[in-house]
Amino acid sequence: MIFLELFLAFLKIGAFTFGGGYAMVPLIQAEVERMGWLTSEELIDFIAVSESTPGPLAVNMATFVGIRTAGIPGALCATLGVCLPSFVIILLVAKFFQKFKESLAVKGAMSGLKPAVIGLIAAAFVSVSKTVFFSGGISVSVFTGIDFWIALCIFILTAVLSFKKKIHPIVLIVLAAALGIIAGFAKELLT
Amino acid sequence: MKTILDLFLTFMKIGAFTFGGGYAMIPLIQREVCTNKKWLKDEDILDIIAIAESTPGPIAINAATFVGYRVAGFFGAFMATLGVVLPSFLIITAVSFVLKAFGDLKVVKYAFTGVRAAVLALLLKALWSLFKVSKKNAVSYALMAAAFVFAAFAKADAVLIILVCAVFGLIWTLLRRRAGNDIS
Repeated sequence: MIFLELFLAFLKIGAFTFGGGYAMVPLIQAEVERMGWLTSEELIDFIAVSESTPGPLAVNMATFVGIRTAGIPGALCATLGVCLPSFVIILLVAKFFQKFKESLAVKGAMSGLKPAVIGLIAAAFVSVSKTVFFSGGISVSVFTGIDFWIALCIFILTAVLSFKKKIHPIVLIVLAAALGIIAGFAKELLT
Repeated sequence: MKTILDLFLTFMKIGAFTFGGGYAMIPLIQREVCTNKKWLKDEDILDIIAIAESTPGPIAINAATFVGYRVAGFFGAFMATLGVVLPSFLIITAVSFVLKAFGDLKVVKYAFTGVRAAVLALLLKALWSLFKVSKKNAVSYALMAAAFVFAAFAKADAVLIILVCAVFGLIWTLLRRRAGNDIS
């Protein structure tokens, strides 16, 4: 039952990611790969689209994965799943917010949770790197292929612009798309 | 009733005009909720950040539910959350159909090969931003390293890693308090 699976997978994502935004990427990646809903290339494409369209990244991703696997009803189930834990937990917590905020248990759990999220994003970075640079598998021949060098140049350029010039992610994505198109057609002309 | 409709529309605006999600939404929420609508005071935005950090789920959903509840109870929370989700849902649905129609074009394929490299750069940036504000002590570094190794090499379940680290942090904090150290 795909609808229930989508709902439960995104319920899990909504219930266990702290920090929002890119902190959700490792969990979305884990669920989507486990269920075999998307290839790793598709997942990265979806992240790019979710980043360049308005709205919360997690909601965009949920809608996207849902619609791709099971149409609009699938999108509804996934989106409902990712929002429901937040909604219920905030309603429970809102009343006792002051107490909750100062609770030693919450502070303690957070002190362990935050570093874990950083470790998980680092692991996601490694796995996305593999897809970006070595989509055909890792071998010596990769380094003689033009695709690897194109990806590396675009990565370095966008990373430098993002770190040094603080350029908005959407601008970076559009720039990278343009470079990808130029590189793709240039490669065709040359081969 | 008017307030509830207003909550819905305000959060719909927030959903439709913030890109990237996460903390990127906080300034817009502050402008709409505190400055324009005066539903909450400016210092309440700190509560929103604190609650977004310490509860799971997308920050925008947490913030919408929290503000909606404070302003107009359960129904307010529901409408604010619906408002913030709706633009995403509609836009992504439309984009998804466009991509389906044009996804096989060579030019779109080439564009996405470039875009993937940029996503990697954005992921690195997100990683760095989180690392910069994280606690710099041995326990924190050890947990980062452990989570990384288990996720990247042992392919351990991400939820399990998060739970184990949360429980570890809890026990560690309680033990330190018992030992008489202050918690920082």
